[in-house]
Amino acid sequence: MSMLSRRNILKIGGAAAALPLLGRGAYAQEPLKVGFVLIGTPDDNGWNHGHDMGRQAMEDALGDKVTSTVVTNVAEGPDSERVFRELAQQGHKLIFGTSFGFGDYMLKVAKEFPDVKFEWATGNATAPNLSTYNAKFHEGRAVLGTIAGMMTETNKLAYIGSIPIPEVRMGINSFAIAARKVNPDVSIKVVYIDSWFDPAKEADATRALIDQGVDIFASHMDGPVSLQIAEERGIIGGFGQGADMSAFAPKAQLTSIIDVWGPHYIEAAQQVLDGTWVESSTWPGLKEGEVVIGPYNEKIPADVVAAAEKVRMGIIDGSLHPFAGPIMDNAGTERVAEGDIIDDGEFWAVDWYAAGVEA
Amino acid sequence: MSPDLLIGLIITLVGASTPILLAALGELVAEKSGVLNLGVEGMMLVGAVICFAVTYNTGNPWLGIVAAALASTAVAMIFAVLTLGLSANQVATGLALTIFGTGFSALFGRAYTGKPLALFKSIFPDWLATHPVLKVLFGYSPLVYFSFAMVALVWWFLAKTRGGLILRAVGESDISAHSMGYSVIGVRYGAVAFGGAMAGIAGSCFPLMLTPQWVEGLTAGRGWIALALVVFGAWRPIRLLGGAYLFGLVMTIELYAKAGGGVAHVLPSQFWAALPYLATILVLVLISLRQSSNTSAPACLGKPFLPTN
Repeated sequence: MSMLSRRNILKIGGAAAALPLLGRGAYAQEPLKVGFVLIGTPDDNGWNHGHDMGRQAMEDALGDKVTSTVVTNVAEGPDSERVFRELAQQGHKLIFGTSFGFGDYMLKVAKEFPDVKFEWATGNATAPNLSTYNAKFHEGRAVLGTIAGMMTETNKLAYIGSIPIPEVRMGINSFAIAARKVNPDVSIKVVYIDSWFDPAKEADATRALIDQGVDIFASHMDGPVSLQIAEERGIIGGFGQGADMSAFAPKAQLTSIIDVWGPHYIEAAQQVLDGTWVESSTWPGLKEGEVVIGPYNEKIPADVVAAAEKVRMGIIDGSLHPFAGPIMDNAGTERVAEGDIIDDGEFWAVDWYAAGVEA
Repeated sequence: MSPDLLIGLIITLVGASTPILLAALGELVAEKSGVLNLGVEGMMLVGAVICFAVTYNTGNPWLGIVAAALASTAVAMIFAVLTLGLSANQVATGLALTIFGTGFSALFGRAYTGKPLALFKSIFPDWLATHPVLKVLFGYSPLVYFSFAMVALVWWFLAKTRGGLILRAVGESDISAHSMGYSVIGVRYGAVAFGGAMAGIAGSCFPLMLTPQWVEGLTAGRGWIALALVVFGAWRPIRLLGGAYLFGLVMTIELYAKAGGGVAHVLPSQFWAALPYLATILVLVLISLRQSSNTSAPACLGKPFLPTN
């Protein structure tokens, strides 16, 4: 693999363009070049780390058949278009864009390179050579909400959101619905950071929440800093997001949602190698093992672990749906009737917060 | 707002304000001597990563702060040699310094990601530092008290000492200072070095006070806020102090308002995120409305000095 920053990719692109002159007949089959575009760095201990682990799993599984390039710190915006085009021009035949905000630019570049396959993480639109893939993190958040609802002493929970997009809103709703199911008295305060990455602001948001009596929170940010603040302040705790963050907060991390992207990356690369790749939208969750609940902190009482496991197993065997009615919104209107659910199609259109959410 | 909550807000506000205050104070001195160093963000990141590394390896945050100051001074010297020694363009060199600092800190810091650090807490006895009310005075990291001391020191130096007068003269009229026999370049080297050291100490606030970890890009743009603050404070240390705390308040009150629920959510979160920048524009407009010698930039700011004989 190679690590590139977005600044020197252009230079390397120039060098790569000269490579074919050096004679390439040496290999029977060229390895498939797979590009990964990350919004942050693999060292974030969270979201980007999860994708990089997935990439490594792909390299381990497919060996010589693939090589991969990672471009880190690519901002969501016009600059990303250049990065995707550059990767396509360098001969990458499969390119993953791992953030929602890359979508418009990927769609544009995908049109220019019909023989290159693009995959847009957490996306909501496809094209003949652009698939989306996602994970049902909100299933994991129902497990977290159950733990939080049962363990809180102040009945004040919180959710540190990144950017107000459907994905995040539904994470909040899943957490809130599960928490209210086991403890109807809880409220869920929401603070948006308006960024995927601003550790100092995230830390201050955590301080603000704790000062207002919050004793358990979930986070949708890419790093562990809020858990460190929870550890320092000695509240009951919070939850790791994207990866196990217990090294940062052995007492405060109650459990974590771990993203396992490896199987998807292996499958997609194999399909491109076999020529069987087709436009698709995949959205697996707990059942398929793409979303995994990490180890439970030993301070969680046994009955809480049992309740959390019941939710987890219920989602896996299909007997429990995180968005099963009746669901009231936070203005008192019934949004989902008894016996109904919010299905995968309706998910993206939800523009309200569940009862108990203060946002 | 309950008293407890108010105390919590103040403590968070002080934490948010301290790094931008320290970095802006250093930049203020550099700009007063006529040097515009846009590399503050890069120097802060170098300070942050070196502070993390040294504190992590030695367990001594004091050593971490000293090392951060030295490392950022060294980085500032690259800038000084290029812009003062070789008269390179200050804007371009400063931007290059930020890019360098960002890249260097990311590379150097790779060995330290994923490792937690203990916070550098108050050195007052516990009964003061954790007292429910008195902690608002005694509960801070030593870096906070240091920042206040530096405001006083910089103010005193610039306003009351001969050295400060020479530094200001160099920034207002390099030719005159030169013809009076002062070393314009020498003074500017000193001012840039001071700016570097302060940026390094500002960077050390991140791993020691705010986010006890290292991760690439940790300062997330605070260096640029510090640069804006110097203009905001009209190149005066006391106004700078007020400006830093106003910025800190705007950044912090948003989070407390949202965490409190209620009225804060009537306004979209993007509005809150834009508030510090709106405040900057507003103050800049007010400053330019009543333009006076008190509020304008040093006359030689950003201009290379080329002695003719």
